[in-house]
Parts: sequence; C-alpha cells; structure tokens
Amino acid sequence: MDFDYSDDQKFLKDEARKFLAAHCDVAVVRGVLDNADRSFDEKLWKGVAEQGWLGASIPEEHGGLGLGRVELCAIAEELGRVVAPIPFASTVYFLAEGVLAHGTDGQKAAILPRIAAGQLIGCLATSEGPGVVGPATLTTRVEGGKLFGTKIPVTDGDVADTALVLASEGGRPGLYLVDLKQAGVARETLKSLDPTRGVAKLTFDGAVAERLGAAGAGFDIVQAILDRAAVLLAFEQLGGADRCLEMAKEYALGRYAFGRVIAGYQAIKHKLADMYVKNEVARSNAYYGAWALNDDAPELPIAAAAARIAASEAFWFASKESIQVHGGMGFTWDVDCHLYYRRSRQLSLVAGAPKVWKERLVSQLEQKNAA
Amino acid sequence: MDFNDSPEEAAYREKARTWLAQSAAAHRAKWGELKPNTPEHMAAAKDWQATKAGAGYACITWPAAIGGGGGTPIQSVIFGQEETKAGLGYGYFTIGLGMCVPTVMAFADSDTKKRFVSPAVKGDEIWCQLFSEPAGGSDVAALRTRAVRDGDDWVINGQKVWTTGAHYCDYGILLTRTDPDVPKHKGLTMFWIDMRDTAVECRPIHQMSGGREFNEVYFTDLRVKDSQRLGEVGDGWKVALVTLMNERLAVGGSAGPNYREIMKLARQLSGTTGPALKDQAFREKLADWYVQSEGLKFTRFRTMTALSRGQTPGPESSIGKIISANQLQELANTAVEMEDQYGILVDPDQAPAEAVFQQSLMWAPGLRIAGGTDEILKNIIAERVLGLPGDVRVDKDVAFKDMPTGR
Repeated sequence: MDFDYSDDQKFLKDEARKFLAAHCDVAVVRGVLDNADRSFDEKLWKGVAEQGWLGASIPEEHGGLGLGRVELCAIAEELGRVVAPIPFASTVYFLAEGVLAHGTDGQKAAILPRIAAGQLIGCLATSEGPGVVGPATLTTRVEGGKLFGTKIPVTDGDVADTALVLASEGGRPGLYLVDLKQAGVARETLKSLDPTRGVAKLTFDGAVAERLGAAGAGFDIVQAILDRAAVLLAFEQLGGADRCLEMAKEYALGRYAFGRVIAGYQAIKHKLADMYVKNEVARSNAYYGAWALNDDAPELPIAAAAARIAASEAFWFASKESIQVHGGMGFTWDVDCHLYYRRSRQLSLVAGAPKVWKERLVSQLEQKNAA
Repeated sequence: MDFNDSPEEAAYREKARTWLAQSAAAHRAKWGELKPNTPEHMAAAKDWQATKAGAGYACITWPAAIGGGGGTPIQSVIFGQEETKAGLGYGYFTIGLGMCVPTVMAFADSDTKKRFVSPAVKGDEIWCQLFSEPAGGSDVAALRTRAVRDGDDWVINGQKVWTTGAHYCDYGILLTRTDPDVPKHKGLTMFWIDMRDTAVECRPIHQMSGGREFNEVYFTDLRVKDSQRLGEVGDGWKVALVTLMNERLAVGGSAGPNYREIMKLARQLSGTTGPALKDQAFREKLADWYVQSEGLKFTRFRTMTALSRGQTPGPESSIGKIISANQLQELANTAVEMEDQYGILVDPDQAPAEAVFQQSLMWAPGLRIAGGTDEILKNIIAERVLGLPGDVRVDKDVAFKDMPTGR
C-alpha cells in the first residue's frame, strides 16, 4: 500500500510550487486576463519548457525527461493552484499524450521532441456546436488527405501549431494531425468564460491532414485521449480547489463582522469543512486515477471518470463558495476569486462536461457488472 | 502511487486469508446463520472473538503479552478487510475494544489492567461507554450524573442515555460530575463500573428504526471504590478525550447497502420510461455515490499509507462518517422511491433486497447523529484540520451549577 506521492515526487512538486511562486504570481495571470490580445504568457511558457515540464513524461529518446505520469500529475496540481495561463493541458495532456499512445514512430519523432523543447503548441478539436459531440452530428470531413469543415470552440486553437482534429472519412470517424500554420486553415479568436485560456474557431478548407491511429477509430481514440487527460485535468482542478479553500480560509480569518472574525461563525466553518470534504474525496479519486494512468491499468476508464467527476464537483463548489465567503469583495474584478471560478468552468468543460462523464462511468459500471 | 500490497503486506494478507478460510468455515459449521441480537448470536460472537484471540488476530496492534497480536496498524486494517470479505464481523466488541479498554489501559493501575484487558480481548467480557446524557447531547461535558465522595467510596446518582449495548455489557467506563462549583470541563471524573451491580438499571430505548440497541442507564446510590477511578479527580475530561479520540478510529465505517446494491435493484425494477437503471436522473446520482464511496475507500488507503510510513492519521477520518451517513440516507430513499408504491412495505419477505433499503432509511437518521453529529464533525474539521476558531463558549468560566439549563 502506497497511496501518496513518493518522496521524490514530493520534492518535484515542491520545486514546481517554488518555481511557480516565483514565475507565475497573480500579476502574470492578470497580464493575460486584462489583455485581449494575449491568450497565454509566453515568458512563463518558455520557463516551463526550460524546467522540462512539457516533456516530463515524454521518453528520453524523444527529448523528454522520461518520468512517470504521477510526476506529471504533481506538476498539473501545481499549475492548477496558480491558474497558470499557458496552453499546457492542450499541448501535453491532449497532443503529447495522444501521440505517445496512438502515434506511429514517425509521428512521435516529428512531434514529441518539439513539444519537449517548447517549440510546438497543441490543441484538440472535436466540438462543432452546442451539445455533446456524437457520430450523428460530425460534419467535418477528410477527403483524399485534405480536411474540410469547422471546429468551434477549440481551446488554445488561436495559438496552437498542431491540432488533433476529429473528422469523418468515408463516413467513418478518424482523428487527424493537422498543421495549423498551413494554407487552408483559418482561425478566428473568440471570447470565452476564461480569458486566461485562448479559444478559437478553426475553419479548414483543404488543409493537409494526417491520420493518428486506426481508420474509423476516431471516437475511441478521442475517448482514450480524454481518459488520460481527465486524470491530469483532475489534478489541475484539485490544485485550484485547494487554493480556493486556502483563499477563503485566509479571508475568513482576517475579516471581522459583528465583532468577531467570520471564520468563527459556524455557517462559514461548515462551508469550509464542506469544501475540505469535497477536496479530499477528489484527491483520493485523483490518486486512483494517477495510479491507473501511470500503470496503463484496465481500470483507467472508470478511474478517470471518477477522478474527473469528483474534481469537477470539488472545484466548482470551492470556487463558487469561496466567492460567497469573500462577500461583496469576492464579486470584484480585483479579488482573485473569479480567476478560479472561470478556470473551474473551463476545466470542467474542456474535456466534456461532468454529466457526460457520469454517463460514461455508469455505462462502464454496467459493463463491468455484466462481464 | 500504488494500492497493491507491499511484499510484507501481501504475505500477511495471504496468511490471514488462509487462516480465515479454515476458521470461518469451522465457525459457520458450528453456529450456522443466526439472527442478530439473540443470545445465540452473542455466544457465537464471543466464540469467534476467542478464536481470533487465540490466533493473534484480536486487537492486532496490542502487545502479545496482554493478549493482543503484537502487529502493526496496517496489519490490523488488512485483517479487517479480509474478515469483512469472509463475512464475519460481529459488532459487539467495537466500543469496548476500540474505545473503553484503551482508556482503561491508559489510566488504570497495573492490577486493574491485568484483571480486565485479557478477558476483553478474548471476548469474555464486554464493555460499554457511559458518556451521553439527556441534557448533554453533543455537549458531552454538560453531564449531570453526580459522584460524591464517601470515605473510600464514591456514591453515584444520575442517568446516561444512548449507551450502546448496556443491556449485554459486563463493565463500563462512566464519566461523572464530582465538582459542580467549577466550570463544566473541570469538575468531571472517570470511573470503571460493574454493569451487573443492582444499583445500575438498564432500560432499552425503542428507536425509530424499531431496534433496541441503545439504552438509558440509571444509577441509584451506586457505590464504587476509589480504586475504580481512571485518572485524577477532576481530570475526567482529559480521560474522556482519549476515549473520544479512539472513537473516530473505531466508528465511521459505512454500514448498509451501497451503489452496488441499488444498481442491482435498478436492474430489476421498471422506471418511468423503461428499466429504472436507464433513468438518467438515477444514473447521475449513481455516479455521485460511486465517486463518494470510492473516494472514501481511497481515503482509507491514504490513511493506511500514512500509517505504514509511521505517520499518525489526523482528524481527517471525520469525513468518513459525514459522507457515508448522508449517502446511506439518500441512497435508501432513492431505492424506496424506485420501488414506487411498493416501497412502503418493510416486510423482508415482500420488499426487494429483504427490505434492506427500508431498514437503512430508518437507521440512517441515527447514523448521522451517533458518534458525533454532522454538525459536530464539521466543527472538528473546521477547527482541528483547518485551524479555524472554536465556537463562542459562554459557559467557559461559569461554575457548572450556575449554568442555565433547559430541557
């Protein structure tokens, strides 16, 4: 039984926290939030690349550090704590993990070293409109190696170099690697709930597309990528949720009302206790997910769904109730609560809403029970 | 990040499993399936406890010299898991061995320890904890049961309530007020008592669930020797805190059906638009319950990890009961509603799953109160985990006798 970070992993996590404290204070986040022309912080991105985090779990042969997934989870947790304004999830959890799991040797050699070096930003493009993406609604298509159609919204699509695009070919769904810097790709930057993460509409008109994984297996591959990403995103959510609890606690301990610190009132104490309980449930499920991800365990789909559901609930609750604890101050632009409130929504939606994951979890439980 | 056993843990689990396989079979062959709360059930429980003690599987973390297993906390958890899988877990000894006897061990003289510890480990004698009172509730230290010094004896008068198992227990630890002229926490003293004394009267409480596991206990001029005192005069609250700290470890496991059982039920029943299991609202609840249950399971794994690394788990374990008690109530209610009109029935021969959901529905309100209410547990988390200020205590500096009392 070893259900915690190891000493080495804790060391890495502590170092990550120190680095981010020095290089990603809230001014960095607000530098992106308050500037409509920027959707990420280039300096932080470069620093993170220099730390080796972009290639933390990429094998050494492809230019990475060759660490395990639990190490990547530790980094994700710290990035979540500071709502880091960089396209880390899109590049690492979606593109790098996707290529590692489903790419050919050639695709790995072409993409992974550039990601590890901080030279390539990725994104995942599946959505085409409001509602859940499904086989019946997929209109983007590939004909003769050329991609046609529109994806909206694509997180980090405004700054990405390479996209993973879900599209149909001959009536069957496939997943395609698309260089976004070629002719035949048009981008339009869109406004989103969380301006510290860029969002775009991507329109393809004959862009060259290279298939990732088997023909016709697009939905399965996307789901496999999302299962892996869900665990990593859960750690970002957990980091954010823990920070919300800390912020609410710090504020409640310093704010006086009716002659006492508000942290002494049971209504506030119980609210914070509820946050703590949800965060611990999320942490425990996230650890299970980390184990399943790191070991490529058959339990991964269930573990990932549980981690995502618990983390989405914890971050949502912590971010909204932290504003409530902060009172009117919490509703201002100048107090940081809304950065977490925004990010909690961004992270809950970017890989499919919790409702979708709940259905996936129960379907998996049904199958497991039937087997 | 691995929830597999270490080689040592795996070896211990295998040994325990092998032993359990044989012993459990022999035990079942001897006792069969018995109805709880019958004399035969109690006899079987005592027999099983003695069997475990003989093999070093009772009180695994206690030294072998006093009848324990001389093992580690993690071995104790592993054995508990395997014992549950083997379907053998009697609840009669939990409070005595989990809470009372550790308190006796911490505060009694060596003769007393020698006299009581070993029989308790073997299941020969069962202990109860006499703390709660009608006027106290969550405010345990507001108790009124008086102990008055009389030479070498103390004379005790008063009443306790919610005493689990008092009707079958042999001994108990009793928290009394010995000085009403000082603030409430300072005038308390702890004793061990003989529950068979004629000055002790047990009246079972008929609970809303229909059961009678709890009791009111009355003391009328009960005489105890000063040598039965545990800790110093006036130091009873300190002694009680040791008991209550152990309570968190002993109580808190979920009892009752979980997401698996309700999923099974939902497969069998029809819903509003098809099988109940296909009802989308139900599926979302089911997912939440799974996530909570597994979250608690993995939280226990984290506790085990802390134990195996030589760390002491903190009051974090308070989250277990908050989640499991509330979930049991909601889950049972959903199951009963799923049965629609039929859900009214509580007859085990009629209601699905032998009416376990109906029973849980009626038991859950008690579970949310016993061993600390939701509200008290949230206070514990807020104050001891998060470090928030304690509640305002207007009675802190008031002599107990001057404290206002209501009902």
